[in-house]
Amino acid sequence: MLSRKATCKSHGEDSSYFLGWQEYEKNPHDPVRNPSGIIQLGLAENQLSFDLLESWIAKNQEPIGFMKKGGSIFRELALFQDYRGLPAFKKELSEYMAAIRQDKVRFDPNNIVLTAGSTSANEALMFCLAEAGEAFLVPTPYYPGFDRDLKWRTGVEIVPIQSSSVNNFRIIPSALEEAYQHAQKLHLKVKGLFITNPSNPLGTTLSSHELDHLINFAIDKNIHIVSDEIYSGTVFDSPRFISIMEALKKKNLENTTIWSRVHIVSSLSKDFGLPGFRIGMIYSNSETLIAAATKMSSFGLVSSQSQFLLSRILGDKKFTRKYIMENRKRLKSRRKMLVSGLQKYGIRCLENNAGLFCWIDMRCLLSSYTFEAEMELWRRIIFKYGLNISPGSSFHCPEPGWFRICFSNMSEETLDLAVRRIKALVDSSAPNAC
Amino acid sequence: MAIKIIEQQQQPSVGLSRVAVSDTHGEDSPYFAGWKAYDQDPYDELTNPSGVIQMGLAENQVSFDLLEKYLEEHPEATNNGSSTAASGFRENALFQDYHGLQSFRKAMASFMEQIRGGRAKFSPDRIVITAGATAANELLTFILADPGDALLIPTPYYPGFDRDLRWRTGVNIVPVHCDSSNNFEITRQALESAYKEAESKNMRVRGVLITNPSNPLGATIKRAILEQVLEFATSKNIHLVSDEIYSGSAFSSGEFVSIAEILEARNYKDSERVHIVYSLSKDLGLPGFRVGTIYSYNDKVVTTARRMSSFTLISSQTQQLLASMLSDRKFTEMYIRTNRERLRQRYQMIVDGLKNAGIQCLEGNAGLFCWMNMSPILEKPNREQELALWELILHEVKLNISPGSSCHCSEPGWFRVCFANMSEKTLEVALTRIHHFMERRRVR
Repeated sequence: MLSRKATCKSHGEDSSYFLGWQEYEKNPHDPVRNPSGIIQLGLAENQLSFDLLESWIAKNQEPIGFMKKGGSIFRELALFQDYRGLPAFKKELSEYMAAIRQDKVRFDPNNIVLTAGSTSANEALMFCLAEAGEAFLVPTPYYPGFDRDLKWRTGVEIVPIQSSSVNNFRIIPSALEEAYQHAQKLHLKVKGLFITNPSNPLGTTLSSHELDHLINFAIDKNIHIVSDEIYSGTVFDSPRFISIMEALKKKNLENTTIWSRVHIVSSLSKDFGLPGFRIGMIYSNSETLIAAATKMSSFGLVSSQSQFLLSRILGDKKFTRKYIMENRKRLKSRRKMLVSGLQKYGIRCLENNAGLFCWIDMRCLLSSYTFEAEMELWRRIIFKYGLNISPGSSFHCPEPGWFRICFSNMSEETLDLAVRRIKALVDSSAPNAC
Repeated sequence: MAIKIIEQQQQPSVGLSRVAVSDTHGEDSPYFAGWKAYDQDPYDELTNPSGVIQMGLAENQVSFDLLEKYLEEHPEATNNGSSTAASGFRENALFQDYHGLQSFRKAMASFMEQIRGGRAKFSPDRIVITAGATAANELLTFILADPGDALLIPTPYYPGFDRDLRWRTGVNIVPVHCDSSNNFEITRQALESAYKEAESKNMRVRGVLITNPSNPLGATIKRAILEQVLEFATSKNIHLVSDEIYSGSAFSSGEFVSIAEILEARNYKDSERVHIVYSLSKDLGLPGFRVGTIYSYNDKVVTTARRMSSFTLISSQTQQLLASMLSDRKFTEMYIRTNRERLRQRYQMIVDGLKNAGIQCLEGNAGLFCWMNMSPILEKPNREQELALWELILHEVKLNISPGSSCHCSEPGWFRVCFANMSEKTLEVALTRIHHFMERRRVR
């Protein structure tokens, strides 16, 4: 009675990434009401800097109440459904995007398409760039949501680009070529590369070498590059973040074909911690793409109420600068807290300079070097030690034993408790295993 | 080497998909061309009194004062329920659960019940949130049909459906032809005929989509006809989608019968094929806030729609505001009643004004527009003449109204004229212009 899309499993919710969340929902940790409950370490949310936003709002009540100088703007906003977006908001957004890229790139507000979250942006780009049955190459490990967002309704395929812990999961030219050949063998036409920079789940930024490889590859194969830069505002340490746009500029590729084949996705969900407001965007230098994506955004527009509020927040440049700096400091210190805690018990974390999580090496705790053993370990961690961490296999990691742990969606005390539970886990394993 | 260069030249410079370059987004139709003319020369009482008056935009601006007053008297509605704006902010900002805020779903369910005079019950757990009805309609199409399948839609219908239901989904629309011989009511024959047409084109019919109250007719669908449509859908084992976006704009509560009432009366027998779309864009005049919902009696559809709604969630900030406003029963009852009465008055004003100018309208009882019959003055009863008349009205009379052909009306000469997106004064100016236009024609 329903369509194939409705009855297939491409919604991806049977993945372990989401199963862990379900277990957490059944028995959530609360310091007072349920201290022995499961701690949520699988949710990449930034809860560290809300006090800054709250104090801004306390001092600036007007935009919340639909007021601006000159009176109420309620009626105007209520009627504003233009898919080109609120001009004031797009202007501020373009300046904010430039600011977190140290102003190495400038963004034209007319090249921004607003969408209800980056989930919507990523899907819309697939609809615009590929036919059903065509493919995008995606470096592993990657965000599990892509299996749904890029493939479900679009019919587009993902062909993974393999990686290895031997070189810290970096992207290398031979892996790109291998993935491309693999797609050919499967009779899949490759339309582009889909990268996440900074990476989820690695929390690392792409080096200029990697960006060079990717750009050269895309030029050679005549394909697109989609760069999901949703975590660009969470870069808290060196090396500094290099956006794909900056890399193109450095290679003097403006006004060449590749310039119109590179598209950036971003959102305010991670750095500002506002996932509920559904504020995402596509940025591209291709007029044709912007035209198509803008019309498509009709299916997922951003509430004018939220566009207005954010235009005010981002328009307060003094506040935004302070927020960016303070937020980075707090993320850096949280990461340090988690990493040094784990190091004490012999658990190594991949060195990372961005993101809201760490990519940790739990191979020493595996009973065997297999994905079955990884699942076994994961189940033990959830049910016996009360921690929802995300297993690497759910990120399509080519090697077993790696897990992603989030560090910015809980209090310091809760993170501390989580680290102590990991100690208990390590203690219960074979002595000197780690 | 030379071959490679030629190949590169032949490739489109950016290489987009068929969906991206197709014109199924529909923006080249007269419906949108009229908007462009208005954008270039918009009427303003003071600064541009001879500009184009926009009568092609189905927006409800007659009851904003009620909303503004409410917000003034209840600042906690925008403050997450407290007296200070910052409190509750963080929970709300973090809330991205695709189930939607429970308080919001409860308030929507209650509002939908009130609009139907309590004649149907709605469970908050069957409500799926989407960023507007545009998203809801597309989402349902993805769930109920495969590419190449067909949905049957009675004509005339909202031009946006051509994009919303077909563009990215690859699903086809097969029109169910209705005409003025019986006030454009849907007949069994028309449904059967459309079904056969789909079959002859090798398209599998997956459902019927009705808009009730109808856009562009501005009239509610009679109970007997709703029952017939439901019976037809049951006999063919297909779905029935009822877009009830204008339900709160029926001029009197008693006149609107929702498919929900019919299902309740028969104890929900066969209801898993029925799905209702609703939004606050028309009744509350809030299209900018992107508040749409799908209400389905089918559990699998609810679950799947919820998952798919990840691509089109409502801002939690907006959900919070509306949860507050719509759970205030005293306010909503007053709003629904007052809004209806004002729309009815506007409708009376325009219909009387047109009658004085010698123009008849279809008898309407809902919506933000009337369905005007200009066929008597068409040079010839065909689409070209209708469009010629439309252009004349746009450029000479300076009114942007919507030609029936853009709504796929099979009878030429009908136009949709909106009356709720302007002040009474502006409406009077528009009616005067029409009066003069008709007089000039008579003199000729």
